[in-house]
Amino acid sequence: MSAPKPAAPRVALFVTCLVDAMRPRVGFAAVSLLEAAGCVVEIPRGQTCCGQPALNSGDHNGAAAVARGTIALLEDYDAVVVPSGSCAGTIRTHYPDLFSAGSDWNRRALALSAKTFELLAYLADVRRWRPQGVALHATATYHDSCSGLRELGVKAQPRKLLAAVDGLKLGEMEGAEDCCGFGGTFCVKYPAISNAIVSEKTANVAASGADLLLGGDLGCLMNIAGRLHREGRTARAYHAAEVLAGMGDGPAIGEEP
Amino acid sequence: MTAAFSARVDKALADPTLKVAIDRTTGTARTKRAAAVAAWPQFEAARDLGRDIKDHVIANLGFYLAEFECNAKASGAQVHWARTAEEACATVVGICRGAGAKSVTRAKSMLGEEIGLPHALDDAGIERVETDLAEHIVQLAGDRPSHIVWPALHKTREQVGELFRRLHADPGALDSVEAMVGSARRQLRQKFMRADVGISGANFLIADTGAVCTVTNEGNAELTTTPPRVHIVTAGIEKLVPSLEHAMTLLRLLVRSATGAELTQYTTFHCGPRRPGDADGPEAFHIVLVDNGRTRMLADGLADMLRCLRCGACLNHCVVYRQIGGHAYGGVYPGPMGSVLTPVLDGLAESQDLPRACTLNGQCQEVCPVKIPLPTLLRGWRDRAWREGLEPTVSRVGIGVWRIFALRPWLYRLATRLALPMIRLFARRGWIASMPLAGGWTRHRDFPAPARRSFMDQIERTRR
Repeated sequence: MSAPKPAAPRVALFVTCLVDAMRPRVGFAAVSLLEAAGCVVEIPRGQTCCGQPALNSGDHNGAAAVARGTIALLEDYDAVVVPSGSCAGTIRTHYPDLFSAGSDWNRRALALSAKTFELLAYLADVRRWRPQGVALHATATYHDSCSGLRELGVKAQPRKLLAAVDGLKLGEMEGAEDCCGFGGTFCVKYPAISNAIVSEKTANVAASGADLLLGGDLGCLMNIAGRLHREGRTARAYHAAEVLAGMGDGPAIGEEP
Repeated sequence: MTAAFSARVDKALADPTLKVAIDRTTGTARTKRAAAVAAWPQFEAARDLGRDIKDHVIANLGFYLAEFECNAKASGAQVHWARTAEEACATVVGICRGAGAKSVTRAKSMLGEEIGLPHALDDAGIERVETDLAEHIVQLAGDRPSHIVWPALHKTREQVGELFRRLHADPGALDSVEAMVGSARRQLRQKFMRADVGISGANFLIADTGAVCTVTNEGNAELTTTPPRVHIVTAGIEKLVPSLEHAMTLLRLLVRSATGAELTQYTTFHCGPRRPGDADGPEAFHIVLVDNGRTRMLADGLADMLRCLRCGACLNHCVVYRQIGGHAYGGVYPGPMGSVLTPVLDGLAESQDLPRACTLNGQCQEVCPVKIPLPTLLRGWRDRAWREGLEPTVSRVGIGVWRIFALRPWLYRLATRLALPMIRLFARRGWIASMPLAGGWTRHRDFPAPARRSFMDQIERTRR
C-alpha cells in the first residue's frame, strides 16, 4: 500500500508590481509552472507592491503600512511565491524588522516570512520540480540578481532548472554576481553611476556571446535590457520563468508581439 | 543628489584614467582575495570568531581600555586620551613641540587622516614626511588618499612615474616599478634617519601586554618608529583586542581580506620605549587613544561598525566604488564602510548622499571579514535621513503619492489601468527613448513599453 499523496499546497502568487504592469507574461509563466509543480495557485486580489520603494528610501512607517496590508492578504496560504528575489527578500528578510520584536505584527511577519519563496527556488528546492519536454534552441547567460543571491541563496536553482531545457546552452558571463546598477530607486536617483555600472554588465553580456540574457528579477532585466537596446546590442532578455514555461520563443523584453 | 556630490561623481566618471587605475588595483585585490579565501577551509568559522572577538571587546570596552592603559604604562609608554579629533591633534602637536621636533615621519594611519593630523602638523610648522610609498605619492601630488589600503590607488603607475620625474631629487630611469621604488627610497632614506618624531597608527592594541601592533608591506612603519627619539601612536579605541592570540586570528582575516596574502611583510609589536641594553628604539613612547565619535556610535546603533578592521575588501568589491573611486565620496573613508562612517564624522546632512548612493546589493557584507551588516547600517542612515527631513522633496512627494496607491488596491488597479495606455503612447516599436518624469532612466537607457493591460486585469478575465 502506498502512502497517501499529500494534498496540493494552496499557493498565493504575489506577482509584483513590475510584472503586473510591465510584463504579465512572467505572471502567466509563474502560474503555469506552479500548476505543473502540483500547486493550487491563487492570485489574491488586493495585491499591490511589496513596499520596497518606501523601505529603501528610509520611509519606515510607509513600508510598515504597506507590509501590514500584504501580510493580512497573504498569511492564510500554505505558501507565498514571488517571481522576484528582491520582492521575496523584502517579505522574507525585511518585513519582520519593520515591527518591534515580540509584537503581534512582528509575529505575523515572521510566520509569513517562513512560507514566502522566490519562484525558482520554490520550484527547485521545495517542489523538487524539473521541466520536462521544454525546448529552446539558444545560448543564454544568467544574471544573478543581488537580493535573490545574497538574501535568499538563489544561485544553483535557476541553473538546475534551465539545464533541463532541451537545446538551451547556458554559459557563465564574467561578473555574473556583480550588481547591474538597478538598485530600485538608486537607478533614477543616481543615474550616472547606475549607467556606468550597467554598462559594465552589458559589456559582459555581449562578451559572453549569448543570444539570451536570463534572470529572475524584472527590475534588473529591464535595466540591463534597456541599456543593451540603447547600445544597439543584440542579446534579448527574458525572465527565466518564461523560458521554463516554454514561452522563450515569444517576444523578449521590449519586443512587441 | 546634492550639488557637491554630483560634481565629484561627474568628475570621476569623466576620467577614463581613473577607471583604469581603479580596475587594475581592485581587480587584482579581488582575484587574490578569492584565491586566499578558497585556500582557507575554515574561513567562515574564522569570520564568526573575528566577529565575536570584536563584539566581546566592544561590549567590554571600559574593561579592556583600563587593562591596556595599565599594561602600556607598565611597559614605559605614556598614555593620552582624546575625546575629539581636535584634542587628539593638539596632543600630538604638543608632544612634538615638547620634544623640540622639526621633522616628523609618519607611517600610514587611517585614524591620522580621520583626525586631520597631516594638516595639524603642517599648520604647526613641523616638517611632515609621509613614508608609506602611496602616501608619499599623495603628499608629492598635494592630493588626498582615495582608498584605505592603497591611498594612491587613483593614480596609474604611468602618472606616478611622471610625478617622480618632476619632483624627486634623483629619479633615475624610472623604467620599471622597481626603479620607481628605488627613486622613492633615495628620496626618503635621509628623512627617515633625520626625523625627531615618528608617528604611526595601530592595527591592534593588545590589552594584556600593552603592546601596539602595526602591519605594513614596505617596512616603513619600522623605519618610522625605531630611529626617531620619540614614537607617537594614534589609535581609535576600537582597535583593542584582549591578547596576542586574538590579534593573530584577526590578523589572518585582515591580511587575506585586504591583499590576499597570508601575512604582511612586516608585522611588528611595539611595546614601550627603548629599555637599557636595547640596540635601538625610541626614548619616549606615547599612545594617544582617540574616541572621536566612537562611543556615540555605540549609543546610536552603530556598534557593529566598530568591528571594522579597515581591510578595504568592501571597497574593492563595491560596484559604486569601482565606478567613482574614493575621492567622490568626499570623506576620509570611502566605499561602503566610509558611507557608514562619514555621516558619523561629518554629519548626516553633509554626507546624506553616501548611504543613498548604494544599490544595497550586499556584496560588501558578503566579503567583510568580521561580517559587518553594512547594507543594514546604510538603511539605518536612510531611515534617519527620512525622519530628519533630509530626503529630497521630489522623492518624498513621489513616495507619498506611491503610498496612497499602494495602500488602496482598488485605486492602485484603477491607476494602473489608466496609466498603462498613456505610457504606451511614448513607445516606438516596444521601447521608450524619452518620457516626461523619466529622465533619470531614459538619459542612459531605453525603457520597455509596459503591457497593454496589467496582469491582474488579464488574469481576472481568464479565470472567471
